[in-house]
Amino acid sequence: MTFEFLVGQIFNGVSYGALLFLLAGGLSLIFGMMRIVNMTHGSYYLLGGYVALTVMWRGGPFLLAIVIAALAIALIGIGEWNAFLKRLSGQELGQVLTTMGFALIFQDLALVLWGGDPQTIKLPAFLSGSWVIRESFFPVYRVFIVGVAAAVALVLWLVLEKTRLGAMMRATVDDPEMARGVGINVFRISMGVFALGAMLASVAGVVAGGFVGVYPGADFEILPFAFVVVIVGGMGSLKGALVGSLLVGLLDNFGKALFPELSYFTLFAPMAAILAVRPTGLFGRA
Amino acid sequence: MARKLTVIILAVLVVIAAGLPADAQKGPIKIGVISPMSGGAAQAGKDMVNGMQMWLDENGGQMAGRKVEMIVEDSQGQPNIALTKLQKLVERDKVQVLVGELFAHIGYAMAPKVDEYRIPMLYPVIAADDLTQRKPAKWVVRTGWASSQPSHPFGEYAAKVLGYKKIVTLGIDYAFGWEVIGGFQKTFEENGGQSIQKLGAPLNTTDFAPYLSQIKRDADAVFALMVSGSALRFPRQYQDAGLKAKFPLIGGGTTFDEFVLPSLGDEAIGGMTPLQYSAALDNPVNKRFVAEYRKKYGKVPSYFSETSYTSTRWIAEAAKAVGGDVENREKFLEALRHVEIPDSPRGPVKLDAHGNPVQNIYIRKVEKKDGELWNTVIHTYPAVSQFWKYKPEEFLKQPVYDRNFPPCKYC
Amino acid sequence: MDRLVRRAPRAAAVVVAVLLLGLPPFQSSFTLSLLTQALVWAMLAMSLDILLGYTGLASLGHAAYLALGAYSVGILATRHGANFWVTLAVGVALAVLGAAIFGLVALRATGVYFLMITLALGMVVWGLAHRWVSMTSGDNGIAGVPRPRGLPWALTGALPFYYFVLAAFVLAFLVLWTVVHSPFGKTLVGIRESESRMRTLGYNVWLHKYIGFVIAGAGGGFAGVFWAYYNGFVSPADAELATSVEILLMVALGGRGTLFGPALGAFVIVLLKNLVSVYTHRWLLILGAVYIGTIVYAPEGIVGLLRDRLKARGRAPLRPAPSP
Repeated sequence: MTFEFLVGQIFNGVSYGALLFLLAGGLSLIFGMMRIVNMTHGSYYLLGGYVALTVMWRGGPFLLAIVIAALAIALIGIGEWNAFLKRLSGQELGQVLTTMGFALIFQDLALVLWGGDPQTIKLPAFLSGSWVIRESFFPVYRVFIVGVAAAVALVLWLVLEKTRLGAMMRATVDDPEMARGVGINVFRISMGVFALGAMLASVAGVVAGGFVGVYPGADFEILPFAFVVVIVGGMGSLKGALVGSLLVGLLDNFGKALFPELSYFTLFAPMAAILAVRPTGLFGRA
Repeated sequence: MARKLTVIILAVLVVIAAGLPADAQKGPIKIGVISPMSGGAAQAGKDMVNGMQMWLDENGGQMAGRKVEMIVEDSQGQPNIALTKLQKLVERDKVQVLVGELFAHIGYAMAPKVDEYRIPMLYPVIAADDLTQRKPAKWVVRTGWASSQPSHPFGEYAAKVLGYKKIVTLGIDYAFGWEVIGGFQKTFEENGGQSIQKLGAPLNTTDFAPYLSQIKRDADAVFALMVSGSALRFPRQYQDAGLKAKFPLIGGGTTFDEFVLPSLGDEAIGGMTPLQYSAALDNPVNKRFVAEYRKKYGKVPSYFSETSYTSTRWIAEAAKAVGGDVENREKFLEALRHVEIPDSPRGPVKLDAHGNPVQNIYIRKVEKKDGELWNTVIHTYPAVSQFWKYKPEEFLKQPVYDRNFPPCKYC
Repeated sequence: MDRLVRRAPRAAAVVVAVLLLGLPPFQSSFTLSLLTQALVWAMLAMSLDILLGYTGLASLGHAAYLALGAYSVGILATRHGANFWVTLAVGVALAVLGAAIFGLVALRATGVYFLMITLALGMVVWGLAHRWVSMTSGDNGIAGVPRPRGLPWALTGALPFYYFVLAAFVLAFLVLWTVVHSPFGKTLVGIRESESRMRTLGYNVWLHKYIGFVIAGAGGGFAGVFWAYYNGFVSPADAELATSVEILLMVALGGRGTLFGPALGAFVIVLLKNLVSVYTHRWLLILGAVYIGTIVYAPEGIVGLLRDRLKARGRAPLRPAPSP
């Protein structure tokens, strides 16, 4: 195991973890904070990718595509929450099935609207290629993903911890009764948190789409990954989501590099193991 | 009174006349198609159906003087649904022949049922080696290919023509992946090459970095077997990891097939793969096929479409050979097994004694022409069978290619 | 009118029994096939109901037990020519073993965490099915599973096999019914309603949940055995997450905590998947709408809906005396 190998693996693990954080960040808000089991998360991710593609096919630049995708999916998320989910708090089964229903509907709609051919997002030139440092290659796009994840984490942390809005969000999630009691518009805040979560998922869809592609089935493929990260990190904790995604990214990466025969298990076996020891996840509070 | 009677008699006659068929022929030839039409593989399933439909449209929806009715059922990519639909097509719709499916495991699931029903089923896409080798089914007519069939000549090509000595293989860790790689490894090593590393990534790998970082640095080239989603993301990850400049990328036909090629960018250029088809094939039949398909369906046909198109013709040829009497199942099956098509878009095709096509294998290279990526054919191996140059009895003695066979002697 | 509410389930049961017993000889083998498939899923759904409906634990990994039972049959019947009794015993035993081990891990959590742990454990089984190729043939699956051997009847025909599975279903139903109406079952319901209360009353809550978990797993394995015989085929798809979610839906759709409801839910979903997709390729949209519609309109499932209707009818206000 050379130094280069180690550096390379760490970089890969961290950038994969960053990708997972983008996937899971939105879910850690919706699932972690609001305790809504959201199987539609994968659909937000997929639809975000498709909307961005449509924008770019019409000539829009990559960054604009991200913004439009985020707004579009936020609207869809608000719609879903408003019409169905807000009545189901505390009912896991109801949430699983309602959000699963939407996931199936979105999957089929996406097939009808965009067809089933696999697509890639053409990256702008400044994000393609790799930086070469002493024989080691560091793909620029991976660095970009790390950057976006870090930015998202920073913004989320600032908002949640340092702003009044964030305090209201935390209060709403921790104790809606009390929050209402002190005059917080619980309804609007909850809706906002859900919309934010959906937005993050769609941003992940675009950013990850540049790496992984946009294709039917991507929604259900990433869903288990996102849940793994949120659970391992511990729900209700942004720090947990960050640590969880880094940990899962590194574990998965090193696991596959060192024990390739166990590749099918490097994700879920550690998850089961961690949950066996700490059922609320690493940083979770019950 | 007389008027009423006349009206009644006339009405009865009209009803009878309406019920009679236009001529004294038997009913239509019913082809049952089982294919994933929803879920992740829906587009491939659609491409297959489109290929079939195109042939029917070009031939007036007729075979051997009878009308053709195509009944498409969605298998949803699940074996038990496929089996239920199979039963429905045979028992309810009374089809005379079946076509379809994409996934190897569904192919294996359906084979015993098809034998039980004694109804011929064409497999245009399912490539699992053993279906025409160690686990053959009497009533399955494979009109597509076997997984390792293109790999055998390619292994020789890589060693003798490209001059590679050491190759690292990286494939998707499932049966199809190992069969494609196994065929390559066998002939590559028989021609002096060495397979120095065999890597396998699980089915829905999004990030190949852990595998790319393991690639042994003394390789001459990397052979990658990717399929649809993984084929979409692999070339760019390969290039970004700095590997493309160091190790030429070759692979299985599905790594760069026309299903994903339109979505790939310059990172795919130079990729060399073998397959029994390329949309860039320079024969008049194919050129016309590609142009027409493109006009009709808005995209370049992949091998899914070509093989389904040719399979439809296959049925027609067999129907012609039995004079339209497809109801005589045994005779029809015999005819299906003896169809020879000299001018399909992929070139000449016929079946070997074990029921797998003998066809040209093309070595293709991804090149950019007029801003589009195509699989340019750079070499043709004519009339390749699933057994390559080996004697069938000898070949069948070895186990099916899998993770552990051929063993990695030089790893 | 109260008698109507009480009599209705019994009347419905009689009607259903007559239909299931008497109609089949007149049905096509395709219809029989669908009914048989529905019966297998009904057994599976009922087994999950023990966990979900009666103990209040929603599991996203129940397909694992289906797979354990099915693979037992797949491996033993094809490679070792085992007869039905052997495969049944091994299938159920393996499922019990799996549930016993998984239960130790999973029951440390409740609610959402339980959902997630069971998801992870289910995926581990799926990974095993894919990876342990020498045992399971990996993603190719195991084909050519013959109909059950070692029984006095030949079960190759659709009709005899249907009655065979029907018998299994009735057996499963009776066993689960007994469990559910026993003191043990009542305790499970008490736990579902309030764990802390049961604990204060001195019940060993964990042990009850654990046994419930294992019983549910055993039921899943039992159904899995018949699933393999029905399809003649086993593959890792039997352990997929989507399968687990579907079983959950069947329970919710039919009405959890009623045993009969999940069976009904299974019938509806099987018919939907196999018949609706004949008429439209957009059947996924319909399935999604069914998922949503269930929760919105019938949160207690079809059975709950029927029960409410009957109760409403029973409580019709007294009519005022007709005016002179």
